[in-house]
Amino acid sequence: MDINELKNHALNVRRNIVQMVYDAQSGHPGGSLGCADILTYLYLVEMNVNKDNVSSTNRDRFVLSKGHCSPALYATLHEAGLLSEDLKTFRQINSKLQGHPNMNYVDGVDMSTGSLGQGISTAVGMAIANKLDNSDNRVYTLVGDGESEEGLVWEALMAASHYKLDNLCVIFDVNHLQIDGDVQDVIGPLPLLDKAKAFGCNAIECDGHDFESIKNAFESAKNCKGVPTVIVANTIKGKGVSFMENNYAWHGSAPNEEQYNTAMQDLKEVR
Amino acid sequence: MAQETRNAYGEKLAELISENKNIVVLDADLTKSTKTAEAKKVCPERHFNAGIAEANMMGMAAGLAASGKTVFASSFAVFATGRAFEIIRNSICYPHLNVKVCATHAGLSVGEDGASHQSIEDVAIMRSLPHMQVFVPCDQYETKAVIEHVSKIDGPCYVRLGRGKVEDVYTEDSKFDFNKVDVLRKGNSGVVLFAMGLMVQEALKASEELDATVVNVSALKPADENGILELLKTHSRAYTCEEHSIIGGLYSLIAEIKAKSDVTTTVCPIGVNDTFGESGKAKDVLEKYGLTANHIIEVVNG
Repeated sequence: MDINELKNHALNVRRNIVQMVYDAQSGHPGGSLGCADILTYLYLVEMNVNKDNVSSTNRDRFVLSKGHCSPALYATLHEAGLLSEDLKTFRQINSKLQGHPNMNYVDGVDMSTGSLGQGISTAVGMAIANKLDNSDNRVYTLVGDGESEEGLVWEALMAASHYKLDNLCVIFDVNHLQIDGDVQDVIGPLPLLDKAKAFGCNAIECDGHDFESIKNAFESAKNCKGVPTVIVANTIKGKGVSFMENNYAWHGSAPNEEQYNTAMQDLKEVR
Repeated sequence: MAQETRNAYGEKLAELISENKNIVVLDADLTKSTKTAEAKKVCPERHFNAGIAEANMMGMAAGLAASGKTVFASSFAVFATGRAFEIIRNSICYPHLNVKVCATHAGLSVGEDGASHQSIEDVAIMRSLPHMQVFVPCDQYETKAVIEHVSKIDGPCYVRLGRGKVEDVYTEDSKFDFNKVDVLRKGNSGVVLFAMGLMVQEALKASEELDATVVNVSALKPADENGILELLKTHSRAYTCEEHSIIGGLYSLIAEIKAKSDVTTTVCPIGVNDTFGESGKAKDVLEKYGLTANHIIEVVNG
């Protein structure tokens, strides 16, 4: 798939993120927009997931450790043709598209997440299971920079390194913002690259909005043997919507009609 | 004979992991104490130490289970259910994953280590979780049967095990049905003693003098509500005997069942009375906190 195609898919994902959060008048648009390119690459290029194997565990799997970015996951599954649920039901009563993902409701959701720090820990268990089964399938997990303030993230990374889980790829989505503001003002989880190195991981950096850079990072991860890979992906919270970019106020709030129109105008075409 | 329930767990787990290639065992630096070391001896490739990181152990357990494994995860009850509670809630129970939390060193009978290590609320918090099934075996034979039973359940289970030796209540030939409470003795005084864990032995000792009925309640959830209700109906006074806080454990279970019925039988708690324990020999701690046959007799005789 060429880069222009990927950019178009990512644009559709972003439009659906805004649409879902606007329809529900609830959800987390900032972080979702920020990780849209990474998820697009994972589901349309990187992972061996397709319509025929989506309900099986015998494939590459992805754990959205920052579960509040469910709009990005649902929109990406939709874009990849893997989602049968109607995006309009997001966060509504009786919907399978829960505010935070439920693995038993949606085939493409590989773990129920939402409580920060836990997804990466479960991804470690999945990677161990693949080793036990002599499977080449890989496990990917997306962890927020704010989320990395949870001690469990580091317990999980310690175990991943100890058990030499080179089939595990942890992506830190570094957008510098969390609910209460700049991550460094709140408590200071950065730098993550040095921490990941100190934990014995193959630690690399990429531009989370540049498909060439994303591709190179995942290639490095696949070629690395004996240790897990941590990709520190630099992203922009709210990416693609002018007034949401780098503004923590859009962590967990929905646009009104005027803002929605502006956002959709911003996302009219690939820029 | 007397045996630690944790020993019986270790022996049974070693047997199961050899037979069933799908079983994976996790521990958090307590393999010799929880006895999962027995499983490691026979199958080191499917035994993983999480280190002193109970939360991550439970997350790893969830991930393994989400990949189709049957996972046994062990630590002391305080840490397994306390430290790791929210991981058990959100990553194991909510997605209904096949993880057996088998916690040892539950209750005051931990003894010398004191209050920080004496879990008195584990049944209460595990019982409160949707999808979780809760079992408290009273001796080595029932422990082995419970472990066998939970290994066949597809979903999360909690098994409460103890540190010290407890006298046998059952024999090698005993048959177990965890859908029913087990009436171990029928009395004629109108008094029924519902007991769990090591208090089953104490209730049995007390029952001779009291001529009381003794019931072993080892399946706390799902519980045999009809069986319990029938016993409440046929007795005038009921007592619950548990090495656990009287809040949220066996007393709560029996009282909840009674409260929604029209039974008028009084239910009185004998257990840890909303207090922490302390250091001491297990026997001395149990004595001080009223978890003995003598104390049951005193309470029943008023």
